[in-house]
Amino acid sequence: MNLLECKNICKDFGKKKVLKNINLIIPKGKIIGLLGKNGTGKTTLIKLINDLLVPTSGEILINGKPVGVESKKIVSYLPERTYLDKSMKVIDVIKYFEEFYDNFDSKKAKKLLKDLDLDLNSKLSKMSKGMQEKVQLVLVMSRRADLYILDEPLGGVDPATRDYILDTILSNFNEGASVIISTHLISDIERILDEVIFIDKGKIILTSDTDTLREKENSSIDEIFRRMFKC
Amino acid sequence: MNFNNDRPIYIQLLEQLQVLIVSGKINSGERISSVRDLALEYKVNPNTVQKALQELENLGLIYTERTNGKFVTSDKKLIEKYKKEFAKEQVNNYFRNMNSLGFTNEEAINYLKGDK
Repeated sequence: MNLLECKNICKDFGKKKVLKNINLIIPKGKIIGLLGKNGTGKTTLIKLINDLLVPTSGEILINGKPVGVESKKIVSYLPERTYLDKSMKVIDVIKYFEEFYDNFDSKKAKKLLKDLDLDLNSKLSKMSKGMQEKVQLVLVMSRRADLYILDEPLGGVDPATRDYILDTILSNFNEGASVIISTHLISDIERILDEVIFIDKGKIILTSDTDTLREKENSSIDEIFRRMFKC
Repeated sequence: MNFNNDRPIYIQLLEQLQVLIVSGKINSGERISSVRDLALEYKVNPNTVQKALQELENLGLIYTERTNGKFVTSDKKLIEKYKKEFAKEQVNNYFRNMNSLGFTNEEAINYLKGDK
């Protein structure tokens, strides 16, 4: 059974057709890059998969069942913008995750946060943007989920933090789980991707195995993307 | 290790592992790190590691022991054979580069001998 299946998904906001007939299959055990320019529908698609928006038409199945309460238990989602109350202390956020998610491994989260030299009693609002991003990623990756969905996890952080984020993703996703990473910062991330999905103007225009595409085009995914979407 | 994004990552990883084996940095008969550990070490996807190891196995340089993991072949002759192939490639590269600078093969050899 496929982990995730999107069948003929369309999403309109008023007259604007944001997603047009998206068909997508995500198997188990893959790291997939959802790549597209800003405003092409990446976040909308991710919100649909997380049941935060309802498609205008079409169907989304996770482990063969329609998205809903059950699928939220096995999907761990890092949104583009934080939903955490920044006046909270790290330790409070950990408790919050413990209560909310049965599959949250707080031991693991605490260990990873300790590796960051982070005081669990400090407030989110007192941390740098990069540190806030790291804390949120640690929380999301500390859930034993089947599917991790990371929306722009690299946005606005320095290269050293990017490396930390990529390492954390690689070393912490469950065996057999899949990871979807949406980004437009392709060169930083492409070495860890199994497959890429190019999305443009609400349509999927290419899906491919990463190394096969490199071999075929004799260039990096970043280069192929730039060529394809030249403004 | 820095991978070049222009070429398939699994091929670059394969080349790297081959060099480790023929140079004796991983010994004949020695156990290879697990897929997950290699993925972390080289900071690549576990499936990419899997693919590189599969190719190494196809080349006969490693073998799988059902529950124990993967090991470097104890066939030293085979390792030596690949080592020579690599060396040949390096020599060919040298001549190619020297030729492009205008040296004949003979001049390139003399240059190596210190006859500059």
